[in-house]
Amino acid sequence: MAVALKRPGLPRAFLGAILGFGFGYGLVVALRALSGLPLTQTQQTGYPQLIVGSITGPLGFLAGIGGFDYWLRWAIGAPTYPHELEHKDHGAHSWRDYFKFNTDHKVIGIQYIVTSFFFFFVGGLIAMVMRAELAQPGTQIVNPGAFNSLFSTHAALMIFVFVIPIFAGIANYVLPLMIGAPDMAFPRLNAFSFWMLPLAGILFLASYLCPGGAFDAGWTGYAPLSTGAPLGQSFFNLGVQFAGASSVATALNFLVTIITMRAPGMNFWRMPLLVWANMSTSLLVVAATPFIAGVQFMVLFDRVLHTNFFQALNGGDVLSYQHIFWFYSHPAVYIMMLPGFGIISEVITTHARKPIFGYRLMALALLGIVVLSYTVWAHHMFVSGMFAWLRVPMMVTTLLIAVPTGIKIFSWLATLFKSVLHLRSTAMLFALGFIVTFTMGGISGVMLGMVPIDIHVSDTYFVVAHIHFVLFGGSVFTIFAGIYHWFPKMTGRMCDEALGRVHFWLTFVGMWGTFLPMHWVGMEGMPRRVADYSAQFGDWNLLISCFAFLLGAAQLIFLYNMIVSWRYGPKAPGNPWRSKTIEWLVSSPPPIFNFDEIPRVVGGPYEFGVPGARHAILAGEGAEVPAPERAVVGAAEVPSP
Amino acid sequence: MPRSTLIRIVAAILVLTAVIAIPMTQVHWNGAADSSQAHPIDTLLNVMIVLSSFVFSIVLVMLGYCIWRYRAKPGDEADGEPIHGHTRLEITWTAIPTIIVLFGAVYSAIVLADIEKKSSDALPVDVVGQQYKWSFGYPVGHGNEVHSDVLNVPVGRQLALTLQSIDVVHSFWVPQWRIKRDVVPAGPSGNHIDNHVVVTPDKVGTYYVICTELCGYGHATMRALVHVWPQHRFNGWLQNQEQAQAKGGGPPFPTVETTTAGQTSTSPAGTPTSASG
Repeated sequence: MAVALKRPGLPRAFLGAILGFGFGYGLVVALRALSGLPLTQTQQTGYPQLIVGSITGPLGFLAGIGGFDYWLRWAIGAPTYPHELEHKDHGAHSWRDYFKFNTDHKVIGIQYIVTSFFFFFVGGLIAMVMRAELAQPGTQIVNPGAFNSLFSTHAALMIFVFVIPIFAGIANYVLPLMIGAPDMAFPRLNAFSFWMLPLAGILFLASYLCPGGAFDAGWTGYAPLSTGAPLGQSFFNLGVQFAGASSVATALNFLVTIITMRAPGMNFWRMPLLVWANMSTSLLVVAATPFIAGVQFMVLFDRVLHTNFFQALNGGDVLSYQHIFWFYSHPAVYIMMLPGFGIISEVITTHARKPIFGYRLMALALLGIVVLSYTVWAHHMFVSGMFAWLRVPMMVTTLLIAVPTGIKIFSWLATLFKSVLHLRSTAMLFALGFIVTFTMGGISGVMLGMVPIDIHVSDTYFVVAHIHFVLFGGSVFTIFAGIYHWFPKMTGRMCDEALGRVHFWLTFVGMWGTFLPMHWVGMEGMPRRVADYSAQFGDWNLLISCFAFLLGAAQLIFLYNMIVSWRYGPKAPGNPWRSKTIEWLVSSPPPIFNFDEIPRVVGGPYEFGVPGARHAILAGEGAEVPAPERAVVGAAEVPSP
Repeated sequence: MPRSTLIRIVAAILVLTAVIAIPMTQVHWNGAADSSQAHPIDTLLNVMIVLSSFVFSIVLVMLGYCIWRYRAKPGDEADGEPIHGHTRLEITWTAIPTIIVLFGAVYSAIVLADIEKKSSDALPVDVVGQQYKWSFGYPVGHGNEVHSDVLNVPVGRQLALTLQSIDVVHSFWVPQWRIKRDVVPAGPSGNHIDNHVVVTPDKVGTYYVICTELCGYGHATMRALVHVWPQHRFNGWLQNQEQAQAKGGGPPFPTVETTTAGQTSTSPAGTPTSASG
């Protein structure tokens, strides 16, 4: 036991969390005692002893898990590890290694994915409770206050500890392999980023234990509702800090990895689109995420330190909260979508056996979205009472985002033209389903972007429908496509495609049945974020709830399939989909250090149907006829017949 | 692609557009349209439904065609044709959506200017939101105000609403009028918050003001009755109300200045909400 508590690992991490929490709590109590104040303070916006403890506790956890060990030794000039132990934290030799501070990007990728899916199922269960409450008008299961907590935690979990990090997880696994790198640029920072993620999720969930219940001001946490809310709100403010720090560190890691660690021969125009997508996403994360971290600190300061950032009567400015919040949170919707675009490009090109149509324009469209997405935040505020002149310019930029997005949709469709379309592949089904639902979400997005329509439907169920079309029909479909596509690579096992198809169809039908009617009730007058509603919407809501339960049940099939296939699935070959990108040139799962020798990139990533074309050559293949050296053919060449 | 296939695909897109758009534009999605601002908004929505149906049909038909035509037979290990791009096609699908969305933006800007046009004889009404009720005030001259918990207004006359909140952000919405605006606690300086909104009810009827910005425990039930009367009946109501108030009747009216900051609560009567039951 004592040994386990000395070694980096979960036992020491839990001890660290307890000690850290005790330190923070004790510090506040001691300082209060010195100042002659009552030892603890329990105003609903206060509890400084708990707040400080909830910052130092997670830091203690990170120290315990081993996050600082190497850096600390280095910083104080102590000997780090002897050479043979340099990689002792690297790679998984047994399942236990997944519960450690591990520097292998493949282990971290799996850690991310499994942790995120855990929160996906928790968030999904919360959604089921909400739909049960909403099945009939009136309040039956939870009171309005508890309902406010449910949708707030549902959104916070799904956004901050599911969609955003799972994309980081998938890319963590796949991206270094794709660019022919042995690992990420900063493996320890990578592991550190991961371990902040469960802390964020636990802080969100811990708010349920607070007096006054979990945070209930929505995931948007508008001030001054949030600045006056009970204690749980502070846990939202803190959870966002850890989730945000985690994604900023990962994004920096991706940027450096992509820019400096590509295999020889892989110029920018030979990068797979998933790499382009994650580079674009990372550019958004590093610049935008600090804004939400900052604004949540400002709310926390208003609550605990009685600053006046958002206290109107004391000279604060309520709308500033919304401006700063959306300056992050609009780019955030692209943070939650661009990696998905990358996944869809990989899946479609592979399972349709065709080069991606208009590769260069596809990459440029991603960068176009990055630039535009910083210029549209106030379209969430058309009815907020902000200065009126900003509405029309923001409407124009908002609508213009439809152009690069449209380019992507049309290019995927053109990729399918004259293809050999493998419809029995679950990944492909999710990709095609994504195209349909995301187009629908894009259409309602354009409507929401138009100020006069937005004035009517803003903050109604129309918005709920729209975000679920783009986040569930969009992001989550791409996540499923990616998981089914890379499952053999990650686990070394094939997953059950027949079950996968059942999962797809139930999810597709459940998703449309749940979210399509929400447009209608919203336009007719049902506001969002209500536990109770006018009886005229009862029938539609009952139908919506039924489809929502179907949608929820379908995810159990996915869970079953993943667990059973991971354990018992047939062994996967290195390249079951006959794909061209580098991750498929190594075994499934790949060796601990990925490549014996760094591969050489000799062509574009998607040269399906081009005789003799290769994307990359592994060491030891030199005897083969070298492939023709050709750059990716861009938009300018080869007209279609 | 042979010309005949192309023609068939285009025809399929147009037919599907009609099949989607014609029934969709017959439905009154937004419910009753009972203000003069509602009509241009609903027309804009219908135009967008037609354009969107066209875009959606392109996607569905192309996807359906590819699935039907290029679906792999079992055991087919061939690759597709290595088509890498087509510059003219890519320029087309960049340019045409740009034109469509810019058209939508210009059209929306025109509608926006139209629905926010101010009338010189508008009836001023003060709207005050608080957790979880609405109050309405009607200036009647000499600094006096008639107060009401019900929004009584005349038909056919523009209302110039001034929105104020005494605690958190609320939002004023009457769905049948299509008009919504957040009710923001602006503070003594006003903070440049645009809290003036106009709407012209054009039908006599009874509606609800619905709060559409999450404001706490009672958000879902934060409603106020709206009565739209013929002008003479409204005048009669206003006079009666003024006289009743002069005698000390009428509801108390919340004043914005008296609240202190940081004391907003998300539960009734200032007690913390419990998470369960």
